[in-house]
Amino acid sequence: MKFSRRIIGLASAVGVACAVTAGTASAQEDKITVRSIPIGNLKVLDPIWTTAYITRNHAYMVWDTLFATDADGAIQPQMVDSWETSDDGLTWTFTLRDGLKWHDGAPVTAEDCVASIKRWGARDGMGQTLMDFTDSVEAVDDKTFKLVLNEPVGFVLDAFGKIDSNVPFMMPKRIAETDPNEQIEEIIGSGPFRFVADEWVPGSEVVYEKFEDYVPRDEPPSLAAGGKVVHIDRVESVYMPDAGVAMAALGSGEVDLHESPPTELLPMVEGNPDVTLAPNDPLGYQLFMVINHLNPPFDNKAARQALQWGTKQSDYMATIVGNPDRWQECGAMYGCGTSSESHAGEEPVLTLDVERAKTLLEEAGYDGSPIILMDPADNSTLHPAALVAAQSLRRIGLTVEVQAMDWSTLTQRRASKASVGEGGWNVFVTNSTIAGISNPLIHSFAKNCDKAWYGWPCEEKVPDLIRNWALESNSDTRAELVDQIQELNYQNVTYIPLGQYRPVVAYRKEIQDVIPSPSLFYWGLKKSTD
Amino acid sequence: MTIYIIRRLLATIPVLLIVAVVVFSILYLAPGDPAAIIAGDQATVSQVEDIRRNLGLDRPFHEQFLNWLGDIVRGDFGQSIFSNRPVIDLFLQRLEPTLALALTTTIITILLAVPLGVVAAWKAGSWIDRLVMSFAVVGFSFPVFVIGYILIYVFSITLGLLPVQGYRSLEDGFLPFISHLILPSLALAMSFMALVARITRASVLEVLAQDHIRTARSKGLTTGKLLFSHALPNAAVPIVTIIGVGIAILLGGVVVTESVFAIPGVGRLVVDAILARDYPIIQGVLLIFSGVYVALNLLLDILYTFLDPRIQY
Repeated sequence: MKFSRRIIGLASAVGVACAVTAGTASAQEDKITVRSIPIGNLKVLDPIWTTAYITRNHAYMVWDTLFATDADGAIQPQMVDSWETSDDGLTWTFTLRDGLKWHDGAPVTAEDCVASIKRWGARDGMGQTLMDFTDSVEAVDDKTFKLVLNEPVGFVLDAFGKIDSNVPFMMPKRIAETDPNEQIEEIIGSGPFRFVADEWVPGSEVVYEKFEDYVPRDEPPSLAAGGKVVHIDRVESVYMPDAGVAMAALGSGEVDLHESPPTELLPMVEGNPDVTLAPNDPLGYQLFMVINHLNPPFDNKAARQALQWGTKQSDYMATIVGNPDRWQECGAMYGCGTSSESHAGEEPVLTLDVERAKTLLEEAGYDGSPIILMDPADNSTLHPAALVAAQSLRRIGLTVEVQAMDWSTLTQRRASKASVGEGGWNVFVTNSTIAGISNPLIHSFAKNCDKAWYGWPCEEKVPDLIRNWALESNSDTRAELVDQIQELNYQNVTYIPLGQYRPVVAYRKEIQDVIPSPSLFYWGLKKSTD
Repeated sequence: MTIYIIRRLLATIPVLLIVAVVVFSILYLAPGDPAAIIAGDQATVSQVEDIRRNLGLDRPFHEQFLNWLGDIVRGDFGQSIFSNRPVIDLFLQRLEPTLALALTTTIITILLAVPLGVVAAWKAGSWIDRLVMSFAVVGFSFPVFVIGYILIYVFSITLGLLPVQGYRSLEDGFLPFISHLILPSLALAMSFMALVARITRASVLEVLAQDHIRTARSKGLTTGKLLFSHALPNAAVPIVTIIGVGIAILLGGVVVTESVFAIPGVGRLVVDAILARDYPIIQGVLLIFSGVYVALNLLLDILYTFLDPRIQY
């Protein structure tokens, strides 16, 4: 009898528990929730501390920007209502829109923006350049702030409206005053979504809820610009480390959207009538080869030029992308389709001439020593690209040693200036969004001399030309400068572009109006609940 | 017994100290740079160096180690380099899915593998025995992730019976909770069941050949009573040992299973931390795991005294 009572008691308790949880679940189900798979694991929440794209994407949910890039590449006001420039081009005065609020309810003020600009200017490459030309940035009143330059430059709005990391996101003053070399601790923005800190499981799930007090602009959405009208209540961004399982989850409807489905697994959903595949970034990515200019044989310009003539972009693109609708050969170092697209000096980048490459190697005195090619074997895009690179290097007569490692090891080893015998390296392949390399100021990978990226190229005329480009506002003169910069970079073989490709986004049929962009935005997007 | 337990607990201190030194040294010597990962690919060389300096990663080995050890002694496992959250909070946040997975796997294993092993021993040499042992060989030979993919393909993609991935807490209801655990638990239980079934068979087979079993049989005991009341209890020590050791091995399998089925457990926490070189998490969680191993062993030793009165400390 006692046993039976216990069983009945336990059953009742389970019943009550189920009823309570069912009630909670029902309240949650009333909300329009989009479950999505992000481009990666969100490890860092501060978009100024890191340049990682996953953090940039997260930041677009939470924080807002003064200006933003639209689908035509033009810079449009976002938090800013109006602005004016003095006749001498030195003083810029910006006025904020009405109704801007932080997620804690406080109004957005000009002082908040001033502190945010200063922190961003201390970290971001383009921000640092802007600060070099800046005498002061200060608040005039609650809604107005002033930027005073020491020289009139042509990229103020480009800098404030850039879409690539580090994006100048506006934060409350108390948060923006955090040391730029330390991560912020409070995630309070004024963007269209609120970060739900209690539900964040680092490495697994990030939850955002619609910020009800957000006042969108009136213009229609266009890339990062325009009205950020939110049609959903909640976004649950679930990181899945296994790519195959992530695709299966999309196919079965357990998630609504996959921000970055891997190319090789697209066939898993291509025949599924409930899943749509669409290009998510109008410009896409550039794949490129990084060359160490310090180690032989590539400390010799002729040997680097041999690499250039020995490269065929379609080899790489056909391997890592496949579908010819989604890639193109492109000789423009700032990307095809950008305002800085140039074709100056592109012939060696687009032409395969094995004999010429072999002759150049001979001229360079290559002695047959192994070339260390770093292969990030855990990266599904860069690993096959590294194998293609190995083959194309061998094709021109180089002895290649492919060293497999995980991406984390590569990021450490690429910083080594040591000789090959002491743990150094010669080449590796990596990629960048076109948005991240679309003009001379933000293209980190093609900087030269003291500002050079890993590989440490140095063509002394390039830094001055980049400075001239920054000062210039006439588009024709800028185009001429871009031609000169590109030609010099290609003659010196700063790095080698290996093609331009466009990734896709995959989503269920319930999802509509996804904005094509390098960062997936959740405003504008709708989810039908029928 | 009390003195024995105290002595064993004291013996864990040097064990954990050695683990701490080994783990810290391996991580210090291993290649990889968390500062470069934090900074991201667009970062300049000097930005990466600023972050490295700020995190204290440029300090000498002994300084970093002593700082960390001092914090551990004070009960502070440090903070994640990336998320800035205390390691202990991250561990506790991930503990429930891992415990749920380990528990369901252990229950499935005990409920299926022990009876299978007993039956195989009873029918030694027959087709039943061969079938059970063939299953054990297959179960032990297949990697966990392969079994996981097969189960997902059959039960989730083809039949649509169970979810592909994820974890639901018991708070969300029993049905969602168990439906998300069935496939990962089965995948994880395969090799564990194979191990337990084999050991159970061998132990029971040995006991069945003993005199007291022959006596019991001659007294007319039913097969069920003979096997489960007389043979199995006498074969319990090696079976319990292998279940205990198996739970420790299970922690290794959990790492893979949690990654395949996207379960936010401790195993995935460690894998992600290793890939990102989030040193405080790796060091903290491995130290906790070592403590769990030591505790499990101690628990088994104590359990022996209840299972077999001849064992005394």
